[in-house]
Amino acid sequence: MTHPVAPISAARKTPMLSYWDGIAVLLLVGVLVFFAQASRGLVLPLAELERHPVSLDPANLPEYAARTSLRMLAAILLSLLFTFTYATWAAKSRRAEVVLIPILDILQSVPILGFISVTVVFFMSLAPGLMLGAEFAAVFAIFTSQAWNMAFSFYQSLRTVPKELEEAARSFRLGAWMRFWRLEVPFAMPALIWNMMMSMSGGWFFVVASEAISVGDTTVTLPGIGSYIALAIGQRDLDAVGWAIGAMLVVILIYDQLLFRPLVAWADRFRFEQEAGGAPPRSWVLTTLRRSRLVARATAPFGAARRWSYRVASRPYNPSPKPTRLRLPAQWVDRLWHAAVIATAAFAFWKVAQFVLLDVTLAEIGTAFFYGLATMARVFVLIAIASAIWVPIGIWVGLRPNVSRIAQPIAQFMAAFPANLLFPFAVSAIVAFRLNPDIWLSPLMVLGTQWYILFNVIAGATTIPSELRDIGTNLRVRGWLWWRKIALPAVFPFYVTGAITASGGSWNASIVAEVASWGQDRLQAHGLGAYIAEATKAADFHRIVLGIAVMSAFVVVLNRAFWRPLYRRAERKFRLD
Amino acid sequence: MNDASLLEVQNVRKSFRKPDGGELLVLDGVNLTLREGEIVGLLGRSGSGKSTLLRLIAGLARPASGSITYLGQVLHGPPPGIALVFQGFALFPWLTVLENVELGLEALGLPQEEVRRRAIAAIDMIGLDGFESAYPRELSGGMRQRVGFARALVVHPNILLMDEPFSALDVLTAETLRTDFLELWSEGRLPIKGVILVTHNIEEAVLMCDRVLVFATNPGRIISEIKIDLPHPRDRLDPLFRDLVERIYVELTAKPTSERAPARIERFAGAGISTILPRVSSNLLSGLIEAVAKPPYNGQADLPVIAAALNMEIDDLFPVAETLQMLRFAEVEGGDIKLTAEGKRFAEAGTDERKRLFAHHLLAYVALAAHIRRVLDERPSHRAPWSRFCDELEDHMSPEAAEQTLRAAISWGRYAEVYAYDDHTQTFSLENP
Repeated sequence: MTHPVAPISAARKTPMLSYWDGIAVLLLVGVLVFFAQASRGLVLPLAELERHPVSLDPANLPEYAARTSLRMLAAILLSLLFTFTYATWAAKSRRAEVVLIPILDILQSVPILGFISVTVVFFMSLAPGLMLGAEFAAVFAIFTSQAWNMAFSFYQSLRTVPKELEEAARSFRLGAWMRFWRLEVPFAMPALIWNMMMSMSGGWFFVVASEAISVGDTTVTLPGIGSYIALAIGQRDLDAVGWAIGAMLVVILIYDQLLFRPLVAWADRFRFEQEAGGAPPRSWVLTTLRRSRLVARATAPFGAARRWSYRVASRPYNPSPKPTRLRLPAQWVDRLWHAAVIATAAFAFWKVAQFVLLDVTLAEIGTAFFYGLATMARVFVLIAIASAIWVPIGIWVGLRPNVSRIAQPIAQFMAAFPANLLFPFAVSAIVAFRLNPDIWLSPLMVLGTQWYILFNVIAGATTIPSELRDIGTNLRVRGWLWWRKIALPAVFPFYVTGAITASGGSWNASIVAEVASWGQDRLQAHGLGAYIAEATKAADFHRIVLGIAVMSAFVVVLNRAFWRPLYRRAERKFRLD
Repeated sequence: MNDASLLEVQNVRKSFRKPDGGELLVLDGVNLTLREGEIVGLLGRSGSGKSTLLRLIAGLARPASGSITYLGQVLHGPPPGIALVFQGFALFPWLTVLENVELGLEALGLPQEEVRRRAIAAIDMIGLDGFESAYPRELSGGMRQRVGFARALVVHPNILLMDEPFSALDVLTAETLRTDFLELWSEGRLPIKGVILVTHNIEEAVLMCDRVLVFATNPGRIISEIKIDLPHPRDRLDPLFRDLVERIYVELTAKPTSERAPARIERFAGAGISTILPRVSSNLLSGLIEAVAKPPYNGQADLPVIAAALNMEIDDLFPVAETLQMLRFAEVEGGDIKLTAEGKRFAEAGTDERKRLFAHHLLAYVALAAHIRRVLDERPSHRAPWSRFCDELEDHMSPEAAEQTLRAAISWGRYAEVYAYDDHTQTFSLENP
């Protein structure tokens, strides 16, 4: 063992304060000040926004950055809350599951503008005349770009808790509350944190859409980096775009250092594999907090409260059987339940159809469908191109541990890079060379999502057993044969996972990628994303609903009919065990 | 009721529902009494339902009929006072040794000081001092299982249930742990009143238990009870010890009694289509034939002796021996294995001759293999999908058993070159690439 173990009971005699305490206090005070600063504006009246509109002065950027990151944090906490409740419910109740999981699938496919346009009025009315309402709307918009994959990951983890641990928890009579916090959440933690990082990138990608809200007459521009970018693009200010990129980079770095790296290092002990594989992730922040006795003393009450809650929630053993209520056989309840679900769904469908058809002709539904096909073609072509580029690079990187350590954070930053920031270059180039926007705007769609392919391929390449690589070298398998027989099959399941995420994300990204502007120059491609973006701008709810419904249908059908079968096939055929 | 009895299992039956609505019986008519101060062993092969019985006693599952009474009360759910030790340790990897041990006490809602005091005491007793703040992944298998024991003992259970607790450990570590446990037990230092031990290791059962209940498969049931009153510490080389081991081997390989005859014939002699086939590779089959054919056995061997020589446990050895019996390469009876004339021929033959012999026996005695071959011969395309046979098997057995059976048939068929199977397209064919 590497660490000497001190007996628990013997307290060491040490000076009152240590060097670690100093750093920890500075860190904590900094965080407190940041919260106070950034939340100051919440209760100001909305009119304040007009008196102090967002300005392009870089001096304002630190404040904007603070506000944006606070929104992100609020949204990620909300997403966590959603995850713990929704996914748990879906995993624990067989009947709830049949409804909740397909709903999650659909929610995941609804583009962020869809959520904003439908909910902004509601949120504004929650705190009339106050910034708070608009903030709610923005946080909710970010939430919708973060929550779903986290919930999915948690649900998957809950379903795969190892049977022996489950039995141990039951035989030691852990109550539901204790089992949740001691078994289920820890087991799900590594995957959940990974998904939180992905979600954060997703939140950044849509930062402009969620802060500079514009639905028909309702226009809110909340102070933040997103609004800053929107304004910079509106005023063709390249310097400001540069400042925004810089500010984003700093904020993402800070998030990485202060939040995610400590989380990843902390979550390392929740890995279920018992073998110690490679060097454990480290974080200076976590080390500081752990070594500081002040922090240990300050957090002790939380530990005590946690244990207290287990005590309160524990129930004495009741040897008498549960009272058997007079009830229908389970099969009948199931049937009734399914019938109710189908009836509700049919009713909802009828209502939606009625609402859409009020203002929309059948021919237009055909048009929307046609736009859907156009966007689908783009997504597929772009995923194919991105795959051709990133799969070889990912394999190359994954086989070199030193390179992949550097490449991972870079790719993560790139995934967070909002498409809007590339508008200046894309639009200028397209206008200057008189290119066809239907083709040349498309790359913006995979801007944020292609990285998922890279992430996953790198991860896959690092898992190729060294024996397989050695035997390849030993048999002198080289060149194309090596790619065809060793590298590509080994990463294929990982690649498919990445491609599924990338494809789903690209659909969502189409709403910011099919319409691009730079000052007065405005370019629009023919596609479902542009259709929804246009309808949102005009506050045409019939067409918004139609667009969202068509997009969801496309995404869900493609997932069920193409990606999932492909994934199952990849799993079966190329599993490395 | 005997006032010293801790636990009574009466006429318990357990079945699992099959997807087609039928029932798969895993335990039938099981009776068992655990009295104070005894270690009872449940011995049998995998699939004999002994682990299922243990889970019923732990309150993790409910019997379909019959009752389990603990301290005079019928069980509903996991009761306090019955603790489990798992084969795979089942430690929480994110908790330290100390936290793992404290878990059960916290669930009882005890005050923090008492939790800590009792946990430290249990850790000391089981020999884990100094490892309190280690995480399970830092520990060796033996140390992990010690944590498993400490975690179970710390709640001061009346009954300790052990589910093959030593089978995931290497031989030396397992022996150390067994000895340590028996020492604590016979010195009366363990806070427990009775132990039920599930095992498939005959020597382990004879070494540790006061009584051994021998299980048979299909459905799982107790076929005999063997009392072991050797004094502790027991010596493996003691002739009385060897006699008991031999006796249990005989029980486990006993010819069926007349009332069970039909089931038995279906499983071994005729090997009808509904027979569940074990996944035994052709290497093991020829390996055992060769080992038995060679001196000093010369065609006939005592199962415990050859098991020890080959370093195999009954779970590994019996399926091989019984497959040989099914294929008529050997006879298994009374704790002995004896090669048939064909078995001896196989041992002497070269590769091609062996394959021919194996193919002949496979088609003659394994109905499923013959059936697959016949279907392929009859079809003009000479191809058939996996599902063609899998569906048919699932009428008779659980989906897992059907998969296992079909995989076994594929493996033997490939070795015998009587048919081929492509896993990507999931089709059987007569092609021979």
